[in-house]
Amino acid sequence: MNNKTIAELARGLRAGEFSSVELTQGYLERIRQFSVLNAYITVTAEQALAQAEAADKRLAAGTADLLTGIPVAQKDIFCTDGVKTSCGSKMLDNFISPYNATVVEKLNAAGAVMLGKSNMDEFAMGSSNETSFYGSVQNPWNVSCVPGGSSGGSAAAVAAGLTAGATGTDTGGSIRQPAAFCGITGLKPTYGRVSRYGMIAYASSLDQGGPMTRTAEDAAIMLQAMAGFDEKDSTSVDRPVPDYSSGLNQPLSGLKIGLPKEFFGEGLNGEIATVIETAVNEYRKLGAEVKEVSMPNLKHAIPAYYVIAPAECSANLSRFDGVRFGYRCDNPADLSDLYTRSRGETFGKEVKRRILIGTYALSAGYYDAYYLKAQKVRRLISDDFKSALAEVDVLMGPVSPTVAFGLGEKTGDPIQMYLSDIYTIAVNLAGLPAMSIPAGFVDGKPVGLQIIGNYFAEDRLLNVAHRYQMNTDWHKQVPKGFE
Amino acid sequence: MNSQWEVVIGLEIHAQLATKSKIFSGASTAYGAEPNTQACAVDLGLPGVLPVLNQEAVRMAVKFGLAIEAEIAPYSVFARKNYFYPDLPKGYQISQFELPIVGNGHLDIDLDGATKRIGVTRAHLEEDAGKSLHEDFHGLTGIDLNRAGTPLLEIVSEPDMRSAKEAVAYMRKLHELVRYLEICDGNMQEGSFRCDANVSVRPRGQAEFGTRAEIKNINSFRFVEKAINHEIERQIDLIESGGKVVQETRLYDANKDETRSMRGKEEANDYRYFPDPDLLPVEITEAFKDEVRATLPELPDAKKRRFIEQYGQDDESAATLTSSRQLADYYEALVEASGGEAKICTNWVTGDVLGALNKAGLEIGQCPVDAERLAGLLQRIADDTISGKIAKQVFEAMWQGQETADQIIESQGLKQITDTGAIEAIIDKIIADNPGQVEQYLGGKDKVFGFFVGQVMKEMQGKANPAEVNKILKTKLKR
Amino acid sequence: MSLTTDDVNKIAHLARLGVDIQDVDTYAHDLSGILDLVTQMSQLNTEGVAPMAHPMEQSQRLRPDRVTETNMREKFQAIAPQVEAGLYLVPKVIE
Repeated sequence: MNNKTIAELARGLRAGEFSSVELTQGYLERIRQFSVLNAYITVTAEQALAQAEAADKRLAAGTADLLTGIPVAQKDIFCTDGVKTSCGSKMLDNFISPYNATVVEKLNAAGAVMLGKSNMDEFAMGSSNETSFYGSVQNPWNVSCVPGGSSGGSAAAVAAGLTAGATGTDTGGSIRQPAAFCGITGLKPTYGRVSRYGMIAYASSLDQGGPMTRTAEDAAIMLQAMAGFDEKDSTSVDRPVPDYSSGLNQPLSGLKIGLPKEFFGEGLNGEIATVIETAVNEYRKLGAEVKEVSMPNLKHAIPAYYVIAPAECSANLSRFDGVRFGYRCDNPADLSDLYTRSRGETFGKEVKRRILIGTYALSAGYYDAYYLKAQKVRRLISDDFKSALAEVDVLMGPVSPTVAFGLGEKTGDPIQMYLSDIYTIAVNLAGLPAMSIPAGFVDGKPVGLQIIGNYFAEDRLLNVAHRYQMNTDWHKQVPKGFE
Repeated sequence: MNSQWEVVIGLEIHAQLATKSKIFSGASTAYGAEPNTQACAVDLGLPGVLPVLNQEAVRMAVKFGLAIEAEIAPYSVFARKNYFYPDLPKGYQISQFELPIVGNGHLDIDLDGATKRIGVTRAHLEEDAGKSLHEDFHGLTGIDLNRAGTPLLEIVSEPDMRSAKEAVAYMRKLHELVRYLEICDGNMQEGSFRCDANVSVRPRGQAEFGTRAEIKNINSFRFVEKAINHEIERQIDLIESGGKVVQETRLYDANKDETRSMRGKEEANDYRYFPDPDLLPVEITEAFKDEVRATLPELPDAKKRRFIEQYGQDDESAATLTSSRQLADYYEALVEASGGEAKICTNWVTGDVLGALNKAGLEIGQCPVDAERLAGLLQRIADDTISGKIAKQVFEAMWQGQETADQIIESQGLKQITDTGAIEAIIDKIIADNPGQVEQYLGGKDKVFGFFVGQVMKEMQGKANPAEVNKILKTKLKR
Repeated sequence: MSLTTDDVNKIAHLARLGVDIQDVDTYAHDLSGILDLVTQMSQLNTEGVAPMAHPMEQSQRLRPDRVTETNMREKFQAIAPQVEAGLYLVPKVIE
């Protein structure tokens, strides 16, 4: 049951094969059994069972949605009313959110059952889940490896069958890279497609929430519930949400795929390159045309990102000051001491590094050289995508230059960690939608294929991913010990 | 003031916009609520919340811009101004920096009969901060965030003012304007209209500006003048005794009538402005501007010119009557309803009405005698039902109660006596009773005539028609 | 580009961020490395390029001026470190 897809579970619920309460109990039991993975920060068993009961009533009454009764995990970045929302930080270890994020409201309204809050890098800053105050998460495919980050808990939970689906957020690859490392399907929607209200901000102009699931079909079901205009988010786009499931089976003949040559240069693991080429060949078989495209400014994506994201985060994290919520240091001597110690005693090293870099980049005399320059570079990168996507329907390439690396392997060298996001970061700068789907293995660890589409072409991406999954079984592989 | 020094003043005025809800949230802006009961999740800066811009705040800013003939930016951008302070929940204030909504404009002030144009550099939208309450909570400070997120229009002038008097005139003019536009209630006690002044001095004839100090917290017209004059003296004394003015923020202490340095705020003056990624550029279309322009009322200067022309007022009366939109409306309603002479209306409003309001400490909007009731009174003067003198008595009664002038005249029997027979009888009696005075008058002492008028009026309780009394007396006392 | 420990302390103060004394050197090293990385973009000619602040070329949506929020003080203050008489308490603010 635990390795079924959301689509299969929804059918089982309707056929009366099991109830949502039984399903939920099963998952809760597995979460306990595999607690060593550390995929969850908080498990909300009692609440989940109550939601499951309500879902069973809806199912019985025939008013159920596709997601009704389906257990999901919420990344601990989404505010959940009455439930601890830590964002992976000691700063918010005592923070019981007094309101729900819009995504949480929407999944609740669809009848999804929240199993708990999944582990993540502190304030979503990290690519390995190792910056979490609650400790690292183990990759189910190799427990001495990282699950990727920042949505590492969500990815590991889906891969290990500790939930049917999960939410994630992606600022520079935080959905796609852990999805790739854990062998699951992850979708980062177009910026503005999913509301950011109640999603604790890291870098506001880049952050976007999305689904993490076993299959593209499941991603379509979850995105259907998550997406949509939200009047509480000024950057939310007022545009109708298409039916993501209805176009999944469209044939791919005539699909134009672009391979940015910069995605296949030095630094890419050769075996991963082979996996990607094999996947692209599979698309050729499905009738797609493949051509090389070029994105000359891609190499500047990481520099631009590491100015823009830290600058925005340096301001976004100023509200954590020990006054209205969250951690307050003991016996502050004065106001400055209150701020400095409350923040100093809780934020981890990676968060501090980014706040410091961002503060520096915005400070007097440096703004033009860093922030303004980065925004111009951002435009050039975005233009590269625009011209590439004028020629082709989707772009394909690797998600990450390597497979999951060992726990502790890169923690001493922040820059090496940053460089591993080379293929994902540019997409956030442009605001485009992109997916990661399982495409093979290297050293027994999953490899993700990245598919990048045009603005609001989530339906096309899901279709492209789904057709591949109909013809391959990489997404059906289950890590040993988690069958 | 020492004439070898020239004073240079620029003002930054913060006007709270009179919206119902806050600039970025749906919380109420009403003044005086229990602490923190009007601070919603967005105002508190809870993790994950986002701002959404209030349309009315934008409309009001544009209205102001149009009224001062300023450039309205087709695109303006909100920026984050970063600093830590407990009344600033997010650790940054959402303000406008590089691209403010209102650009170059101007305002004309009148001082000692001359008109001077003061430049307005810009006006931008931003959110207000909360309040720190310094009453002692075991040595701690209490923070009330009800005010946090109230929309502010910060209006920045050019350094065009050359005396504290000019600064006050500019501030008054701006105060009058925002109230005309109904974009700010102008209540200075509640902090709806606040002023910071940049003050510097330079030797007369020098082109460069001297080093300026910014005086904060001057929140009444009286204090502005005092604070600026105090600061001017301080700077001149400092320079003349060999010192140097340092650029700093100073706080005006009204109790001690002095400014003092706020070194604490100076220390880390690096606000790290950058465009707020949670908000998109604000686009102002020509159509929107036209729509707002259509709601512009007649502005104070134009109204004043019209009052002079249309009602034959002198400059001073026109200035008084157009000093607030409500007062001007009151006046015009009175002229219209009374159907009488504008001149009489002018005298009544500038004299009796404003006098009574002033005495009672009321605003025109709270005037117990509305224009229509007052018009009823003026009509009775015009048609000789009562004399001007009796009218003051009727006005007094109207102020106290709800009755119309006619009801009061009727119930108190104040109707003017025009019956010549009755007046004649009284006059005959008075002439008979005062032979000495008659003698004097006939002997050429003109002044005594007034004595007879007074006696008649006294006898008739002021109700006699004075013109009639004069006429009859003149005939009876023919020399 | 390299940052000194003094620079780190200054930035940390601007950000009101406590940094352990023994870590300042490491931060100076790491931050200098990050600055070297980001400075690579200065090779790119961006003359005449309009800065891009948002992925979507949209303008700000405006909200009708309506009061939609109710008093939630009790719930909000239940998670506050220190409150009294409805106020958030902080160490004395000196102006």
